[in-house]
Amino acid sequence: MARKRPEPVQVIKQRRDAALSALVHGVPYINFLGIEFDRRGDELTAILPYDDKLIGNPMIPAIHGGAISGFLEVAAVIGLSWATLWDEIERGELDADEIVKGHLPRLPKTIDFTVDYLRSGLPRDAYARAKVNRSGRRYASVHVEAWQDNRERAFAQATGHFLMPRRDG
Amino acid sequence: MDKSKIAAQFIQAIPHARALGLALTEIGDGVSVIEMPYAEHLVGDPKTGVIHGGAVSALMDTCCGAAAMSHPNSPSGTATIDLRIDYMRPATAGQTIVTRAECYNITRSVAFVRATAVDDDTNNPVAMATGAFTVER
Repeated sequence: MARKRPEPVQVIKQRRDAALSALVHGVPYINFLGIEFDRRGDELTAILPYDDKLIGNPMIPAIHGGAISGFLEVAAVIGLSWATLWDEIERGELDADEIVKGHLPRLPKTIDFTVDYLRSGLPRDAYARAKVNRSGRRYASVHVEAWQDNRERAFAQATGHFLMPRRDG
Repeated sequence: MDKSKIAAQFIQAIPHARALGLALTEIGDGVSVIEMPYAEHLVGDPKTGVIHGGAVSALMDTCCGAAAMSHPNSPSGTATIDLRIDYMRPATAGQTIVTRAECYNITRSVAFVRATAVDDDTNNPVAMATGAFTVER
């Protein structure tokens, strides 16, 4: 059997993580907020580590609504982009190494974004997960939820519509 | 001390507004104008230098909150209940984004606000927002 031996799991995992890291850290605003992503297979969790510059109301204190919506939008855009890229990498249409080398794919563009503020953001780390409810060739609809200590008690949620980047060919 | 002065100082006292480089240029009677000068660390697309939508939402949120607070019927503080933003076009790289928000209706419990963001091309808005804010008593 001349079947090609699969690559070791660690090699594949490392390459996927490197591609995700290149995608995320290529955006200055994401670095400004300090957002990181944790990957488990194709599932991403966005993490907003607490920082004093995120505070909106120093009296309570609470995280600024704008920092929260920025975090949710980043979680939605990267979540949506990664879901598309993941399929392309799995099908062998896209080489993860190309992303690592800096050939960053274009990100979806936000058409509209609606944020619900459910409770105030406490001065501690926040997490968010995006769910792509519809992903078409041109448009996508994404829902995202953010929580802090308790996964069951979301402190903010958002829905957004996005224009997908044009694929060459 | 008059309410406008309090609101102006409040903006300066918001750490995240300072990190974004926001400057409040006009406030009073339910209207507020806030500027966000172009900055490298707010870029969303390094290829074009366009500012990230998240930074624009933070600007809109702050401006709408300030407008709600400055309304004559608003006793003091406010918090965002919800905010919807429509992105009409990318802001031109290198240009300051100016947002004008107006609290067009206020009840005992809710302030309704709308806002428009423009860059140098003031006839073509970059983004528009509508939101509901709490009226703290």
